[in-house]
Amino acid sequence: MIEAVGLTKRYGDKTAVHNLSFQVRPGAVTGFLGPNGSGKSTTMRMILGLDNPTAGTVTIGGYPYRKLPNAARQVGALLDAKAVHGGRHARNHLLCLAQLSGIPARRVDEVLGVVGLQDVARKRSKGFSLGMGQRLGIAAALLGDPQVLLFDEPVNGLDPEGILWVRNLMKSLAAEGRTVFVSSHLMSEMALTADHLIVIGRGQLLSDMSVTDFISANSADFARVRTPHTDPALREKLTSALTEAGGHVLPEQDGALRVTGLPLPRISDLAHECDVRLWELSPHQASLEEAYMRMTQGAVDYRSTVDQKAGLQQPLPPGVQPPMPVPGQGQPGWYAPPPPQQGYAPPQPFQTPPAASYGAYGAPGAPGAAPAPGGANPYAAPAQAPAAQTPAAPSATPAPAPAPAPDAAPTKSEDAR
Amino acid sequence: MSTPQPQSPQAAPAWQAAPGPSYAPAGPGYTSPIPIVPTHLGHAVASEWTKIRSVRSTMWTLGVFVLLVVGIGLLAGAVVSSSTSEGDLGDQTALSFGFFGILLGSMCIITLGVLTTASEYGTGMIRTTMVACPSRGRVLAAKAVVFFAVAFVVTLLSAGFVAVVHVGMLDQARRPTGEEWLKATVGVSLYVALLGLLSLAVGSIIRHSAGAITIMIGVLLAPLVIAIFMFSSSLEKLREALFQYSIPNQLGVFYAASLSESGPSGWDPLWIALGVTAVVLGAAFALLEKRDV
Repeated sequence: MIEAVGLTKRYGDKTAVHNLSFQVRPGAVTGFLGPNGSGKSTTMRMILGLDNPTAGTVTIGGYPYRKLPNAARQVGALLDAKAVHGGRHARNHLLCLAQLSGIPARRVDEVLGVVGLQDVARKRSKGFSLGMGQRLGIAAALLGDPQVLLFDEPVNGLDPEGILWVRNLMKSLAAEGRTVFVSSHLMSEMALTADHLIVIGRGQLLSDMSVTDFISANSADFARVRTPHTDPALREKLTSALTEAGGHVLPEQDGALRVTGLPLPRISDLAHECDVRLWELSPHQASLEEAYMRMTQGAVDYRSTVDQKAGLQQPLPPGVQPPMPVPGQGQPGWYAPPPPQQGYAPPQPFQTPPAASYGAYGAPGAPGAAPAPGGANPYAAPAQAPAAQTPAAPSATPAPAPAPAPDAAPTKSEDAR
Repeated sequence: MSTPQPQSPQAAPAWQAAPGPSYAPAGPGYTSPIPIVPTHLGHAVASEWTKIRSVRSTMWTLGVFVLLVVGIGLLAGAVVSSSTSEGDLGDQTALSFGFFGILLGSMCIITLGVLTTASEYGTGMIRTTMVACPSRGRVLAAKAVVFFAVAFVVTLLSAGFVAVVHVGMLDQARRPTGEEWLKATVGVSLYVALLGLLSLAVGSIIRHSAGAITIMIGVLLAPLVIAIFMFSSSLEKLREALFQYSIPNQLGVFYAASLSESGPSGWDPLWIALGVTAVVLGAAFALLEKRDV
């Protein structure tokens, strides 16, 4: 059992972790998710007593880590795979850790076998690949056969077989009644491994719930509707009809429409009424990855922008279209599907014909250019987003602060078309 | 203990068994079948001994150290014995020619001392160590004990060997007394090992190998070099003090080959080194407890 209460860490004037409170229970795999730089590793380091919290406490089994008797026998951790002396061979690395906590030396050979490094036990870890380094780190974590296990990005650099192995290892460790706390920035990985999710962004708690709850609270069902390519006017017609009927329509990259708030038969009826043929009408569920992206988009610190190559481009020959930007590049909010609650969405008429409006290879999502209604663009005022999505009110009510975000997103998406 | 045979090798990693219903029924919590022992400094010392003997930098620095001390010592002995005749050496003992080798070799001990602590910060190993043993003071204490023992033994063996060879080689010099023997072997070894311990503490404070080694080489050489270039007569006193308390001069005291007549004598350099090392090591302990790893 890991318990954090009001955990805060500041480095100078930068707050890495702010007022984080959570519990990690035994017998389950708890995923710890957040974008790069969101404070996952800092939190892990505070749990392990490497960093002293600026405020708050974190305990394992009721003790602060540094007060635990024979900590290595109660807690095992993989912090980063490169935290070894490269000149020492794998077996000696584990041996010195075993001796430090009074673990018999034969246990070293056991864990080397468990992680599959027995053949390179006498090779210096300098020559290890990233995946082998991860395995060595996992071996070190398992060495003390501990009750509590922490893994920071354990699947980094592992091959598919290794990823599967780690996934099963975590599950079986949890099934034995241990506490397993795994950080990752890959939602898809966590969806397969974890039972419980703790999501943080910019050092603050965004969500703390079970994976099934997370899925039902965050994944939005939608219908994909495709009208004939040959006649864009039909698309406009259908869009306004659907919007009038209370649906929410988002255009997709390839010209299809993403409709939420209306059941499939109703969409079909509406299309029939306004005399629009449909080429596609299919039910979809937004992936967990998308739900996670939406939740954390306001909390992403490091985001790419479109590579403008300003001044370096040759003038295009007349009649040549500029290349289509790759979706998702430098377009904050592109990813975001509509949140589950759609009742408030104002009708959004389409005025942008496809493939006409991106001027000079435009970066519609570039911070300066983004049309930010009332400064509520998640990129411009990110601090508001986490506050609104506390676990207390996951999805039941339309959250006030992120509400304009979906508005901003479709607008940008249109530009990107 | 939930498992009846805690020592059974099969019992230890239950997850080695293929996935399936073979796990123990999952209750809240898990108890390891491997007995948990209370740990103490002895465990940390064993661990540090494994660490120090399992990296090549230890072998390299100590190898070069032995090479310098023995090689230069023998060379000096050979040159002196072939070029001097009866009475040339005056009151000098044969032991004093071990000085040059030890002076150069001390740089290797400094390097090893710094690497013992600072290299863990460079590689990130320190995080793994501190997670395995959150009693940070115990880790540093174990490092200090292991390193001091290694440095002392290696210096004693090489300095002792050179001393014995010199005394056998240079029979025209004065026979050394018992205390002179003690100073030129045990005394100088303690001093060099303390110098290494000081470097270890500096390495733990600076946390950067190259930086800490530079500082320690500076401590070793700077006072002497600065003193050489102090021509002004108004600085005469300072110049004299820098000479007398520079590490090469203090090392020379053990061989009665001091560069100046006043200043530290007898066993003084050892007490000075002990005091300085204790203070810096104390600071290293305090900082280690306080800082983030």
